[in-house]
Amino acid sequence: MYYNWLKLIKEGFNNNSGWKKTWRNPELKKKYDVIIIGGGGHGLATAFYLAKEFNIKNIAVLEKKWIGGGNVGRNTTIIRSNYLLNQNEAFYEFSLKLWENLEKEINYNAMVSQRGVLNVFHSDAQRDSFIRRGNGMLLNGADAELFDINKIKSIYPFLDFENARFPIKGGLFQKRGGTVRHDAVAWGYAHAADRLGVDIIQNCEVTDFKFESGSCVGVETSQGYIKANKIGCAVAGSSSLLMSKANMNLPIESHVLQAFVSESLKPIIPGVITFGAGHFYISQSDKGGLVFGGDIDGYNSYAQRGGMATIEDVCEGGMALMPMIGKSRLLRMWGGIMDMTMDGSPIIDKTHINGLYLNAGWCYGGFKATPASGWCFAHLLAKGYSHELSSNFRLDRFKNGYLIDEKGQGAQPNLH
Amino acid sequence: MNKSNRTNFGLIDYNKKINFEFNDKAYVGFQGDTLASALIANEVKLIARSFKYHRPRGIFSAGSEEPSALVELIHKDYNEPNTKATTIELYEGLKAKSQNCWPSVKYDFMSINDKFSNFLTAGFYYKTFMWPSFFWEKVYEPLIRRAAGLGKLSTKGKARVSEKGFLHCDLLVVGSGPSGLMSAYIAGLSGANVILVEEDYVFGGSINNEEVIISKLSGKEWINFLISELKKLSNVRCMSRACVIGMFDHGNFGVIEKFDKAVNSKIDQMFWKITSKKAILCTGAIERLIPFQNNDRPGIMLSGSIRSYLNRWGVIVGKKIAIFTNNDDAYSTAKNLISLGINVVGIIDTRENPNINNLNIKVFKSAQVTNSRGKLALQGVNVMLKNGKSFYLECDTLGVSGGWNPNIHLSCHTGVKPEWQNDISAFIPGKNNISTHLKAVGAANGFFDLNQCFLSAENTVVQILSELNISIKKYDMPKTEEKSINIEPFWYVKNGNKRKWVDLQNDVTVKDIELAYRENFRSVEHLKRYTTLGMGTDQGKTSNVTGLAILADLSNKAIPDVGTTIFRPPYIPVSLDAFVGFSQAKQFKPLRLTPSHDWAKENGAIFTEAGLWLRAQWYMQKNENDWRVSVDREVNAVRNSVGFCDVSTLGKIDIQGKDAVSFINRIYCNGFSKLPIGKTRYGLMLREDGLVMDDGTTARLDENHFIMTTTTVNAERVYRHLEFCHQCLWPDMDVQLISITDAWSQIAIAGPKSRKLISKIIDPQYDVSNENFPFMACKEVSICGGFKARLFRISFSGELAYEIAIPTQYTKSFMSYLMEIGKEENITPYGTEALSVMRIEKGHVAGAELNGTVSAINLNMDKMVSSIKDSIGIVLSKREGLNLIDGPRLVGLKPKKPNEQIISGSHLFNLKDKLNADNDLGYVTSSCYSPTIESYIGLGFLKDGTNRYGDEIKVCNPLLNKEVLAKVCDPVFIDPNGDRLRG
Amino acid sequence: MIIEHPLLGPRDIHEFVYVGDASLLNRPKWDSEDAEQKFYEYVYLRKNPAGIHHELWFHQQGDRSWLVVSRNTLTHEIIKVDLVLNIVKEKTL
Repeated sequence: MYYNWLKLIKEGFNNNSGWKKTWRNPELKKKYDVIIIGGGGHGLATAFYLAKEFNIKNIAVLEKKWIGGGNVGRNTTIIRSNYLLNQNEAFYEFSLKLWENLEKEINYNAMVSQRGVLNVFHSDAQRDSFIRRGNGMLLNGADAELFDINKIKSIYPFLDFENARFPIKGGLFQKRGGTVRHDAVAWGYAHAADRLGVDIIQNCEVTDFKFESGSCVGVETSQGYIKANKIGCAVAGSSSLLMSKANMNLPIESHVLQAFVSESLKPIIPGVITFGAGHFYISQSDKGGLVFGGDIDGYNSYAQRGGMATIEDVCEGGMALMPMIGKSRLLRMWGGIMDMTMDGSPIIDKTHINGLYLNAGWCYGGFKATPASGWCFAHLLAKGYSHELSSNFRLDRFKNGYLIDEKGQGAQPNLH
Repeated sequence: MNKSNRTNFGLIDYNKKINFEFNDKAYVGFQGDTLASALIANEVKLIARSFKYHRPRGIFSAGSEEPSALVELIHKDYNEPNTKATTIELYEGLKAKSQNCWPSVKYDFMSINDKFSNFLTAGFYYKTFMWPSFFWEKVYEPLIRRAAGLGKLSTKGKARVSEKGFLHCDLLVVGSGPSGLMSAYIAGLSGANVILVEEDYVFGGSINNEEVIISKLSGKEWINFLISELKKLSNVRCMSRACVIGMFDHGNFGVIEKFDKAVNSKIDQMFWKITSKKAILCTGAIERLIPFQNNDRPGIMLSGSIRSYLNRWGVIVGKKIAIFTNNDDAYSTAKNLISLGINVVGIIDTRENPNINNLNIKVFKSAQVTNSRGKLALQGVNVMLKNGKSFYLECDTLGVSGGWNPNIHLSCHTGVKPEWQNDISAFIPGKNNISTHLKAVGAANGFFDLNQCFLSAENTVVQILSELNISIKKYDMPKTEEKSINIEPFWYVKNGNKRKWVDLQNDVTVKDIELAYRENFRSVEHLKRYTTLGMGTDQGKTSNVTGLAILADLSNKAIPDVGTTIFRPPYIPVSLDAFVGFSQAKQFKPLRLTPSHDWAKENGAIFTEAGLWLRAQWYMQKNENDWRVSVDREVNAVRNSVGFCDVSTLGKIDIQGKDAVSFINRIYCNGFSKLPIGKTRYGLMLREDGLVMDDGTTARLDENHFIMTTTTVNAERVYRHLEFCHQCLWPDMDVQLISITDAWSQIAIAGPKSRKLISKIIDPQYDVSNENFPFMACKEVSICGGFKARLFRISFSGELAYEIAIPTQYTKSFMSYLMEIGKEENITPYGTEALSVMRIEKGHVAGAELNGTVSAINLNMDKMVSSIKDSIGIVLSKREGLNLIDGPRLVGLKPKKPNEQIISGSHLFNLKDKLNADNDLGYVTSSCYSPTIESYIGLGFLKDGTNRYGDEIKVCNPLLNKEVLAKVCDPVFIDPNGDRLRG
Repeated sequence: MIIEHPLLGPRDIHEFVYVGDASLLNRPKWDSEDAEQKFYEYVYLRKNPAGIHHELWFHQQGDRSWLVVSRNTLTHEIIKVDLVLNIVKEKTL
């Protein structure tokens, strides 16, 4: 079914009885060309691009519970391409360009809203580091501007310029960065993939892989055995659990990242702002809630919830950046399972097992990477070799010393 | 003021009048009123407008589950939006106004949305607003954003004061209703440390809302008795106006306590972190609604709330009251009302054979309310009987009871899924608690009869006390009349195809749920996100289960099979400043001051932040008005004479023991095993992944005594790393460590005249001649006639230099002493800026170069790395990716034109290359103006840099629109042979 | 989160720094033949279980001891806390 305002009006007069399923509930087949394990943003995007760009016909997405229930439904909705290292920046800029055209592609309003991302800094050293980053962004075809304090005051007068412990000295601004309605991304990709014939199977948990002479030939699931030529794993925080069934240990730790939303308020924060003297980022959703977050709690967790210490740290960062936020009220908080890698950058690669492919390790960058991750993973699955822009995200880079370490923290996931 | 709708009982002090304003009109209420009860007493029915359709909203409930009566509180210098009138304790001078309406709540322009409701169904915005694409950002989105949002956040106004505190107890009792009071009582009498936390400003919970006799006392008398008993016990702490907002791991709870404005106007709120050994959930139950056509009008409210207003607040909600119910509890409301002579026009009961028992009210059995009438307030309802016949019943209030949901919120916070209980048609807390930490009792556990509440509390507390090994002292069990609710599940009225509200705040109707189902949003979570059911400020307390039941009905499944609604913290919305407390503004993070701070301040220092530290950046003299002038002067002073700088912030670690030397030898990648006593050596420290973690020096004061220095920013990390190696990797080594960063002050004294100065300071028995104290020597000495000090001949500036360590407490006087004794040499204090200029001139790496992604080879230090011993990082440092032949190398950069700045963060390119990522050869890490060679200079990493000395490249900064031509050179710009160092 | 320090009793998480899997205690021999492979696995690969996890915590704001905590990563329940020094000692016995 194709969505547009005409249909909306027609159905309005028709008591909305003609709307069809956003995605079907198809019968599970016994065999597919490609199976994607994981019905989150990345898995669904991969399935869509496989069908749309790479003409693969027989595709299934297997989701353990309900689609979009993982990190794609739990994040703080920010999109941007302001990474430091060229290997990351080129990829995320590709993703941003895909975001810009997404709604037309998938015929679903994901509310892609490019209202700008401002990273404020508080010291000369930070400024230098942001200049390096801004230059890198421009070199990779993205947009970047350096704002002085007066410019920042004019667009965000409510930031703390008077009493801050770490006064703002300036900021790096990406105009094309912004926010997207996260649930709509999962539903939109599902809708679009489904229209191209992809089978989306919910409540289907993969319990094991089947191997034959060194290749992966299928998966055992809660709904039976399914054969496949290629199997792509896109399960984010659950990657270690899934891949342990293939006897693989990954350079990943799963951590809880908490996110928060306030009660709905009239528009007050026009774009995305990140704090430089602590980990804190915030935007305002179209419904009016302030959506914000900070650091991971810092310890391995699959519990999707964290502790009070983090709530306090995040709120402190928020008030340090914009004191007015103290009077807004926290309405809801939740946690996701973040797949933190040993260098803070993702993995899109084949494994040493024929037919088994891995897309994981997204750290804080998963949501904004959704379109590019889907595209590049689809490319890899379809063609058997990496897309140029994800060619650095290899699993063996840890062994061979080609790390992509933005923060320079080394092999400790909770520091990325 | 009309007093005819007030009774004489209720927890109201009629002697204390309170004046307040609502929508700019003046009203009178009394001490004990909430804003809601006072408004009801003043017959104000219309309070606000709903979120999406801007429909008129009145007061729906009597607690924090309120979805409709949202107002904006107007304080002296800020506004507080999204406040529930039902939870605001009335205070003198309160000003409130309706929100989400314009120009007024009576005539709201946006109510036009209501006419287009068929087009504004759940998820409508996903299906449109896509074309034309630029319209989204310029037109649609701004409109949506302006229409959305309930209240306005004030950008001004003083920050409120919130306190924080910690409490510990054996038993945390959440809620002071019947089960809570009994639990606290039994446990308290037995000597357990108990904290009783009550959200409301009075204790007693549901008992305050009922007409009830307990052990021959009235409900209110019984509560008073119990509270007075509890207050006598020193091991029991009773907190009111305190809400447990979240349960976290290991018995930790967060509590927000508010204060009676009349009593304490200084603190607004307090955030308590309570650690309890056990906890008991006595949060009662919350009533739920029954959706029918137009069930959202002001005047339609929860039947139990009518009772609450009557008994607790002494307010009569209307003159002609009807009741719509599927259970017995609503009958208590009817009985209470008619006992006071209030007109109850009828009870519409969905059940076939309810237990009526001589009730003097008309009861319509197997009946349903199918519609309501009245624009801004209820005027009447349509009732449909079993035989299908309908009639119109005039009423100004309809009390609805769709059943009761145990208030299980907190029990889900640590991941325990609730369980469905058929006999009450509701969820109770899951039994499989991960730890045996939180137990639910009373109505929170599905016991709706008061006697059962008491019993369930008793059983559980007795069990808990035995688990805590506390012997139980005697107590009296209260007795009261038995009741049960006899609910028969009835979730919504199917008759009619107009909208039937499930979530009153977010305007989610049965139609929306049906639509969601039709579009395949069939899991509970999909339903919630697609329709926004339960996502308003009331967090779905009155609507979640009903929504779930409707979904179950559509899916033809039993409710527990469809899923469960999990609750997450916070239980009620909490203002963020409660979590921040005093850590605001300048108190956000602590301030770390160097030992010389006061002296520096008195002597014209301008300070800069280095992490949490404040360090003197330069010293501004009277005639200086530009920082460059000061810094250049300081650099020249050091290079020509002598200067001193406080470098105490560098990490210092004291390492002692028989195996200290082997330990240090394994920590650094360069050799230390042969370090002679009395000598210092530069050390390069790798992480286990082979990349550079830190650099510093280690001095061997004695056979088994070493002092290691680290960079300022890595002090903590390196210390932790050393303890890791000591305790976790090589525990058999005889070595002890301690951080002495804060104990010793370290002052650098640098310049050609520094030896002269040092010899004046050091006590005469120590020979500091070049022969006896050469470059890199170290020694424990004494100064000023016997004061302990440590002297190191190390240089960061490249000049003849020393660092002297003295105990911190003598720093201020030492500074003055240096100025005195160095007058002859024109001694000059210098700050971090001059320090930085000099180390860049000398090609020394610092934080900007040690960015965590460089290896020894990148720093041109590959020859330092010893391959003949084990050290941290040695193995992985050999990986291919870290040893590329033409990998990044540290280089110096000198601009073609000396007055053109090399800007840090610029990227490096070959002259003829286009500016793109493929041609990117590196970046500038540090830069400064060098007064010594009279040119701007820089350091950076350049691909294959060591083979390119003499090449001209371009230093590009498209971000700042600058490009400079520069020559690649050795990073050591001055004294490459080190003559000045060793002289 | 509260960690029961074996000597100091229950302490709040604020006092600690988390480093990761306790497999970090088993540092390979630097001069073995397959040292690079072994160190790669030691530094980078993790089991990352959903269940009992043995992990290293440093009591930075306390007695500066390293602790091995056995904790369930699904429920956050802490089963055991040991001083590293005791564990390593046990190994050598």
